Amino acid sequence: MIYLDFEKPIQELEEEMNRIREVGEKNQVDVSTAISDLEKKIIEKKKQIYESLTAWQKVQISRHPDRPYTLAYIDYITDGSFIELHGDRNVADDKAMVGGMGKIDGIPVMLIGQQKGINTKMRQIRRFGMANPEGYRKALRLMRLAEKFNMPIITLIDTPGAYPGLEAEERGQGEAIARNLYEMFRIKVPIICIIIGEGASGGALGIGIGDRVLMLENTWYSVISPESCSSILWRNWDHKEEAAEALKLTADDMLKNKLIDGIIPEPLGGVHNNHEEGFLNVKREILSQLSTLQKLSAEKLISKRIEKFEKMGVYHE
Amino acid sequence: MWFKRNKDGILTSTAEKKETPEGLWYKCPACKEIMPAEDHLENLWVCKSCQYHERIGSEEYFHVLFDNNKYKKLDEKIKPVDFLNFKDTKPYANRLKDATENTNLLDALQTAVGKINGMEMVVACMDFSFIGGSMGTVVGEKISRAIDYCIKYKKPFIIISKSGGARMMESAFSLMQMAKTSAKLTLLSEAELPYISVCTDPTTGGVTASFAMLGDLNIAEPNALIGFAGPRVVKETIKTDLPDGFQRSEFLLEKGFLDFIVERKQLKDKIAAVVDMMYYSRKKK
Repeated sequence: MIYLDFEKPIQELEEEMNRIREVGEKNQVDVSTAISDLEKKIIEKKKQIYESLTAWQKVQISRHPDRPYTLAYIDYITDGSFIELHGDRNVADDKAMVGGMGKIDGIPVMLIGQQKGINTKMRQIRRFGMANPEGYRKALRLMRLAEKFNMPIITLIDTPGAYPGLEAEERGQGEAIARNLYEMFRIKVPIICIIIGEGASGGALGIGIGDRVLMLENTWYSVISPESCSSILWRNWDHKEEAAEALKLTADDMLKNKLIDGIIPEPLGGVHNNHEEGFLNVKREILSQLSTLQKLSAEKLISKRIEKFEKMGVYHE
Repeated sequence: MWFKRNKDGILTSTAEKKETPEGLWYKCPACKEIMPAEDHLENLWVCKSCQYHERIGSEEYFHVLFDNNKYKKLDEKIKPVDFLNFKDTKPYANRLKDATENTNLLDALQTAVGKINGMEMVVACMDFSFIGGSMGTVVGEKISRAIDYCIKYKKPFIIISKSGGARMMESAFSLMQMAKTSAKLTLLSEAELPYISVCTDPTTGGVTASFAMLGDLNIAEPNALIGFAGPRVVKETIKTDLPDGFQRSEFLLEKGFLDFIVERKQLKDKIAAVVDMMYYSRKKK
């Protein structure tokens, strides 16, 4: 278990609980009252900490190393029926963007998302979840496939941004993202986009045009990461906390500003504390949204999708 | 000769240095040639000796494009507002105020309708001088409304991009302008109206990753910086020097992302020529 700095009080309580348990086992004494007292305390502490998280703390949770990544969600919610599909049919198969078909409670869907690595080697191969143009083009190929066979599309977003490499620029990173935005507005099947971790900038938006855009409770979505914002506007990295506040990047802020459609709750202490409960919440939300969206005609879906994004923005006149 | 100095930099000694009185002379930042400002204007702000395309604003581009400099501005009164109360080293509200005072503009894009070689078109043009030509809510809304106008009156649409990308001080609202402008372009396309994207120096970030790369034709002025990630960021990623000409117009043409490069002198005639074939002279279905 890895604890973030603000989770230290929880760590202390949990370590104490483990010590008591060990002592109890070693000396064959009944410690159940002490344990249950501590368990209650831990829950209280978690509630207290998690109810008043700052924007920066949420950014930290969204990057927690124990947090599940895209394929873990997909495996669970498709109950082992997922078949991964590869390649953009042009340049390569981008390992930072995954996708494929699967059934959720019997409904065939196309699932697409950025994938971060689960160990040092995989983090390199998956480029920390930063997709290349061929990743966005693979995503679009799979979306068109889904459209052809009338399968709803689910995208799971978790990226620190599109990959800013030399080859990415050569192969048109900007064009690839732009094309996805444009085409996603014309896709005739329901699209549900869920931010499950980091939602950074154009890299996130490149698979983020949906009839429903939802955020998990402890995630963030913005035009830039707080660190980069700090380095550009303050000219150093020390103002990331301030930048995180100023950017209004939490799920609550995004919903308040009407830039997303809803928030999916996480288990107490964040989804890194209880993967399964998090997966279940996501699955339930997908099913409930699909039941509404599948009743709408293609024309209705598209016109409502366009209308929603058209309304975003505040100005004086 | 091995001792010959080939590099850019100060070429004249202090004693021989010529001061250039403002307004009368133009000194090219690329080749350092000095020429009468009047000639420079007549050459559409392109250096006569080295063809360096000076960065110019929306008023200048309207002058370049519209017949007899006659045009009507659209949605002139839309103003940005600091609705997030964004504050970094100074409040966004103050930045807006300063930018307006310095540029006489309300935001980083102006839209206008007028005739180009006799054919009516709507032109949206960005102003780099207004907070780096950054795209915020107003830029998105003005493009959105210009497209509404195009659809209503059946006019072709031109966007001249010149931008550092999305405006950080409007956070996710600026990000969503990428989505909003792309959404509206699908409607323009359905109405079968041409959209020409003109990339000028610089066109980067969120603008490249939305409307600038979505033209029926994507064209550019020579040697313009066009890319998604800025060159500094790419350099930090690959940890080695970037090749010459990386992310310049000629590079993008070579890689297949531009239809052609056009010098500013030719811009008006080229736009007119393609729009004529794509729209005004075509056989209507």
